[in-house]
Amino acid sequence: MAEEKFKLTKKDRLHVFWRSQFLQASWNFERMQNIGWAYAMIPALKKMYSSKEERASALKRHLEFFNTHPYLAAPVFGVTLTLEEQRASGEEIDNAAIQGVKIGMMGPLAGVGDPIFWGTLRPVLGAFAASLALTGSWLGPLIFFFGWNIIRMAFLWYSQELGYVQGGNITQNLAGGLMQKLTQGASVLGMFVLGVLVPRWTNMHFPMVLSEVDVPSDEVINFGTIAEAANEGVLSGDMLRNVVGQIQSGMSIEPVEVTTLQNTLDELIPGIAPLLLTLACVWLLRKKVSPITLIFALFVLGTLGYVLGILG
Amino acid sequence: MDIIAIILILFVAFLAGMEGILDQFQFHQPIVACTLIGLVTGNPTEGLMLGGTLQLIALGWMNIGAAVAPDAALASVASAILVTYHGAGVSEGITLAIPLAIAGQVLTIFVRTLTVGIAHGADRKAAEGSFRAVEFYHLGALVIQGLRIAIPAAIVLAVPPEVVTNSLNAIPGWLTGGLAVAGGMIVAVGYAMVINMMATAKLWLFFALGFALSAVGDLNLIAMGIIGVVLALLYLQFAPEFNQGGGGGGSSSSDPLDDILDDY
Repeated sequence: MAEEKFKLTKKDRLHVFWRSQFLQASWNFERMQNIGWAYAMIPALKKMYSSKEERASALKRHLEFFNTHPYLAAPVFGVTLTLEEQRASGEEIDNAAIQGVKIGMMGPLAGVGDPIFWGTLRPVLGAFAASLALTGSWLGPLIFFFGWNIIRMAFLWYSQELGYVQGGNITQNLAGGLMQKLTQGASVLGMFVLGVLVPRWTNMHFPMVLSEVDVPSDEVINFGTIAEAANEGVLSGDMLRNVVGQIQSGMSIEPVEVTTLQNTLDELIPGIAPLLLTLACVWLLRKKVSPITLIFALFVLGTLGYVLGILG
Repeated sequence: MDIIAIILILFVAFLAGMEGILDQFQFHQPIVACTLIGLVTGNPTEGLMLGGTLQLIALGWMNIGAAVAPDAALASVASAILVTYHGAGVSEGITLAIPLAIAGQVLTIFVRTLTVGIAHGADRKAAEGSFRAVEFYHLGALVIQGLRIAIPAAIVLAVPPEVVTNSLNAIPGWLTGGLAVAGGMIVAVGYAMVINMMATAKLWLFFALGFALSAVGDLNLIAMGIIGVVLALLYLQFAPEFNQGGGGGGSSSSDPLDDILDDY
């Protein structure tokens, strides 16, 4: 075995790719994705090592602690496959080197994957699909499911291949410009879209009445005469035209002008309340208040606001 | 309801439970799980509506590092069964989804702790060089995660419908109304979680711009997406931290994103 050059086929690498989707199946609080990592490597290891001792030592070194973003593990798989391949071909690569590459890559990669996939792509795609679903369109779930999985699988396969072909070089590439740019670019897009979504997708309405002002009678459209005319059967086109003209010229329909808290807030800038609420949540999260506490606090706040008639 | 529908519901629940940990195919996301349960119970429209609404609430629920988020899987599956199978209203389903998400979170933390024992079992088999045994332990843990949702789903299914409707009717009006109001506000927590992860001082500018433009109703999400991508590309071209001439590192031709940017 040590004499000849060992090479994984594309089929082997596809096998690893398929299994890498089950990386987190046995996620545990001690070594996290460790068994999942070994599980995905097994098709390759099986080809490389045949004796019981070799297999036991290969499994041992791949059952070490590992945890990263489940998709960004793909380039790490690629690099590790190259390293294992070289080792199986007789090169001097010790366990510490392989573990070093895994640990060295997983931290920065998780830092890239979390904001891109969980922070931007899924909320944006999810919000878009949900907006379609709420109009009763089946495209919502379909776009979400297929859009996500096509992007995800393409990413898993191509970044694994990139890691496999580039080997050790990829660490430098990823740690350097490329990943930083992707993260920054995705964050710019994400923050912008969030700015759009916060006022559009948070439902806060304040029906509380602030003031009721009687409108002077000459500024109120007199519907009484039209109703009378209609009852007596003498309603004419001119009368209707007159009313529409009055509406267009801005005369009031109601004899009493009601201003709610919502009207006042909208005059300031639409969406100010969701904005303030979101900023308050950001601030509280930074003060280490847990999201669940916040959710419960909002439940209490919403119920109180509803009972008091401020929110509706 | 015939036996086939029940089997299909439990199958969807099992899929959602597995995805709750794998986070790959996204069967645990409300828009997928609720829609599927709606389809197999024969009330697809309710499932779709519930899924869309819950999806907006669950936008920011993500597992980062070792931290466990509220569980979208149990929230989606159990509330979808209540709405599409037992006939609860969509707004009642949403109200119940939050406590269900927390129950699911507790359950997955429990299973993730239990799996430490499985990891030690796998170690022993690994020492014998047995690939097959390691695979068995790994997939065994996945089955437990699937059952984590399938078993509670079976319990919710087994509850007689009149018990469900009676207990839902017993909830006073001020509470359901209040919870519906609160449900609309909870999305903000999800947004805040996402913002917290991405925000640096510079990036707040883009948030402010997005907020100002959101008032323009004619700009739909696709238009907003285009504006956002343009902003991101412009930022990468002009931000000083990417334009200090990458001296020692790699030449620009080794940087795929640079090549893409150069093509513009």
